[in-house]
Amino acid sequence: MHPFSLSRASTAAAAIAAHAQDPALAFIAGGTDLLGLIKDRAALPERLLDINGLPDMAGVQALPDGRLRLGALACMSDVAAHAAVRRVPVLAEALLSSASGQLRNMATIGGNILQRTRCPYFRDGDGLACNKRQPGSGCAARHGLNRGHAIFGWSDACVAAHASDLAVAFSALDANVIVRGRSGERAIPFSVFHRLPDGEPERDTVIERGDLIMAVELPAREEARASHYLKLRDRQSYEFALVSAAAAVATDGQLIRSARLALGGVAHKPWRLAAAESALRHARLDDVETLRSAIAASFADARPLAHNGFKVELAQRVALRALQTAGGRA
Amino acid sequence: MSSRTNPLAALVEPEPVSVDLTVNGKRLRIAVEPRTTLLDALREMVSLTGTKKSCDRGECGACTVHVNGRRVLSCMTLAAMQEGKRITTIEGLQEQGRLHPLQAAFMEHDGLQCGFCTSGQIMSGVAMIEEAKAGWPSAATADVTRPFAPAELSKAEIRERMSGNLCRCACYPNIVDAIADAAGRG
Repeated sequence: MHPFSLSRASTAAAAIAAHAQDPALAFIAGGTDLLGLIKDRAALPERLLDINGLPDMAGVQALPDGRLRLGALACMSDVAAHAAVRRVPVLAEALLSSASGQLRNMATIGGNILQRTRCPYFRDGDGLACNKRQPGSGCAARHGLNRGHAIFGWSDACVAAHASDLAVAFSALDANVIVRGRSGERAIPFSVFHRLPDGEPERDTVIERGDLIMAVELPAREEARASHYLKLRDRQSYEFALVSAAAAVATDGQLIRSARLALGGVAHKPWRLAAAESALRHARLDDVETLRSAIAASFADARPLAHNGFKVELAQRVALRALQTAGGRA
Repeated sequence: MSSRTNPLAALVEPEPVSVDLTVNGKRLRIAVEPRTTLLDALREMVSLTGTKKSCDRGECGACTVHVNGRRVLSCMTLAAMQEGKRITTIEGLQEQGRLHPLQAAFMEHDGLQCGFCTSGQIMSGVAMIEEAKAGWPSAATADVTRPFAPAELSKAEIRERMSGNLCRCACYPNIVDAIADAAGRG
């Protein structure tokens, strides 16, 4: 493995200052993504700063106003087992369908949403064109093997899909990422936290050097309880999503008052189905044809690649079933 | 961090760091390069070769050990980050020469062929049974809002909870039987 030095941060302020002034420094917490990137030479930091000792960042808090605050250093298994999180099934299910028991004991909430794409052209080594790995080198997946890649929002510079399940649930629930940087703390709405590739695919998110994720906060939403995360993959477990859906609904009997839908495995970021959500308002949960055509409203701009045309139909079916399962919990 | 970083930087080896940790009940101080994984430190410096190195990418589970009682992948863990931690490997499961009940169950149910994944399977299984006892749900749990009772640890639950441990001999049915047996006795 590429060599690096390692030190420990004892305060957030010191960690932020060190990161801000050193472009070759990376934070390490769970390490489950970063160490793989270093082994694959997709990241070559010279200095790692261990942030696991930073205070007050590893807890889950149900706040008095109904918000749920997940500390950036909380590990996935602790969060999934927490009673307040389990009252939001889409969140617990997204966590539990991620990675494996061992990895969930290590990986953190902050690291999960920063994990980099599983595009094999990015992961598999030097010498292949990848604008994320080597900006300006091109995108081998654009006309290569792209079965697992995006159908929405891609550019010729990058067709990678985001790999996080948790991020899809966060997107549906309108989470905020609480980030502390050189100029203080800010809340970044989840819808703008991850970027589309555009002309700068090496940047996955809007955070900058010197930024430290402190927590992810979920606003109190009446849809949270009747919710579901459905993940489809090439094997039943321990695999990244081909397509996944996070659904949450508020209903009056069979009538949908409000629905939230986001997809995973289809874009460079969690893909929120805004048109479908509008069309679902006042639809009946037992009127499958109406649900189906409401979801289809969000697929007018789908642009499949050579090998992933199946995702266009599959994603609509996954969204429909996730919505129906969520509705069944109302 | 981009891969454009000066490759010459790799020639400057950072100083080894000293780490105090407990391995199978024994307190140790080891000096490791920061990049040394816990897996390599256990095998090469502590001479505990029961923990196996297979994919070295967090994909197979063969290197599973316990850190402070929890199952983790030692290939994706830096040894230098284990200061003060309590590590248990397959060599530390037996008590006074008596096999752990899950080790005995693997023998009884013939839960292995080549044996390369076995120490990872057993370390994972031991901790997984504890997770179920603690009421943790899994992706196979129909209703995550309810407390999970250990009696609900069906074979489907075991398969899901053990999916991070691959067995290329495909001994899965016997592995699941061994774990179900040990969980039932525990």
